[in-house]
Amino acid sequence: MEERLNTAVNDRVWPKEGWSRVPFWVYTDPDLYKRELDLFFYGRSWNYVALECEIPEKGSFKRSWIGERQVVVVRGENDAVHIWENRCAHRGARLCWKNKGKEESFTCPYHQWNFALDGKLQGVPLKRGVLKKGGMPTDFDNATHSLTKLQVHVENGTIWASFHSNPPLFSEYSGPQVMQAIHRHFPGRKLKLLGYNRQLIPSNWKLYIENLKDPYHATLLHSFLITFGLWRADTQSESLPTVSGHSLMMSRNVGKKKTDVNDGMTRFKDSLELHDKDSVTPLREFDDGQVVAITHFPSVVVHQQANTFGMRHIIPKGIDSFELAWTFFGYEDDSQEMTRLRIRHANLYGPAGYVAMEDGEVLSESQAGAHHADAFNAVLEMGGRDVEPQDHMVTEVLIRAFYKHYREAMGL
Amino acid sequence: MIERLETLTSGELPAANELRSLTEDVRALYEDVARQLDDDLVEQFPDFFIDDCSYQVVSRENFAEGLPQATIYCDGIAMVRDRVIALRQTQVYVPRTWRHFISGVRVMAVVDGQLHVRANFMITEAMSDQDPTLFLVGQYLGILVNIDGRLKFRQHLAVYDNHHVRRSLIVPV
Repeated sequence: MEERLNTAVNDRVWPKEGWSRVPFWVYTDPDLYKRELDLFFYGRSWNYVALECEIPEKGSFKRSWIGERQVVVVRGENDAVHIWENRCAHRGARLCWKNKGKEESFTCPYHQWNFALDGKLQGVPLKRGVLKKGGMPTDFDNATHSLTKLQVHVENGTIWASFHSNPPLFSEYSGPQVMQAIHRHFPGRKLKLLGYNRQLIPSNWKLYIENLKDPYHATLLHSFLITFGLWRADTQSESLPTVSGHSLMMSRNVGKKKTDVNDGMTRFKDSLELHDKDSVTPLREFDDGQVVAITHFPSVVVHQQANTFGMRHIIPKGIDSFELAWTFFGYEDDSQEMTRLRIRHANLYGPAGYVAMEDGEVLSESQAGAHHADAFNAVLEMGGRDVEPQDHMVTEVLIRAFYKHYREAMGL
Repeated sequence: MIERLETLTSGELPAANELRSLTEDVRALYEDVARQLDDDLVEQFPDFFIDDCSYQVVSRENFAEGLPQATIYCDGIAMVRDRVIALRQTQVYVPRTWRHFISGVRVMAVVDGQLHVRANFMITEAMSDQDPTLFLVGQYLGILVNIDGRLKFRQHLAVYDNHHVRRSLIVPV
């Protein structure tokens, strides 16, 4: 009998099978986690932080996160959007103490250094001293002590940020297929905020990325989806890996229908009916009749399912925990009826979601399983062993493609 | 209906003796609901509501900003019944034990036969192989009506203080 230690004591070496295996140390190694933060979140990438409708007026602000660093997204003069790190240029205290609000400028509570909406240092109390004693040196120049500013990109109502001084073009980073999907959900119509939902899931953040690259589980775990025809294995679908670790999953809402495929699924409940039919009956919104999920690496998943839209912001909190911050939205010009449906269909999602609740469960259990299992690997051969786009959902191709990208970027 | 009904924080109140008795009835209602939920008797949950009801488990964030979406959103008794159906028929989750702790039950106003009430709640959660942890903390805001001598919810809000829900919210609060 081969004996195997749980811990791989050598340098991190990827299994010889390549991208159809994921070693469990990927979810538990703290040094790798730090490298991921630096490379993917704080490096030459774009991160989702907010929607324009969350900061409607001059001075409106919202705190947000990129990786484990907190930023403040501010509406400045002339509709400009500014994003700076929530850390005073003086001695590093967080200076913005509210999640959302409106200010004319930002004053750090500690020593009252005052910053303009764009993060420039405007005022330093007692700069010239008191009674000819103290004060700043004469060569102290406010201009060199502004808050840490991030690059900003606004795309049809969505706001993105980069810590890098020279990030790629947003369209290049996203790639043409993801850009097309973004414009499908964000065609330039003004957005309307419907609400927030936040979960703290005790698993490595990458397991959530993988979750939305795993259409295979959607048709098996999420009984609610298949029972009410919101997502089914026998529907025309696509699993599309794209550049930079992003991907798209496309399917259709076809309604309840018993077929041979569902017969094989233990969780399909043919005779199940809801009392409130509207909860699972979408108003057709898109001519193509499609349901599209966009995974934009590393920071966000954008869902469009039934009549609910949402940004699912992925915020790592340590190696084995992450916040999933949901922002539900619609359009300003939605009818009352559409808004009513959007709020109803949001019941699918969030921590109590008819669908999403189960993801929180299996992710937590996955992390528990990965614990002290460095020498073992996840097996990803559903749909084959390659990384090419596929026109169905019975596949793990998106996860394989993701780890192809991950290994190249991380040098593994 | 999209907006939440306003739960009054002050207003007309009956005389002291009647108020005391009413408060007892309100406390009994919340505790009965909690006991049944904790004992996994969720099928009886819809009986505590009138048909034209509203039941929401909502974050303080959404509540304070007047945002209409809620973590659990039920507009009418049909959606409350659907929560029970989904829980029993479709939801997949690791079994655990929840326990409610309710305090600070107060009747804030009695207007047009409707009681505007509030209470504090705290729920602990114990996975089968772990010790209890604090799961959800917040405030019940209720608008109750008397139906044939029994208090029922016209609107039942559980506004939770948590910034995050830890892991999953499986059962009504």
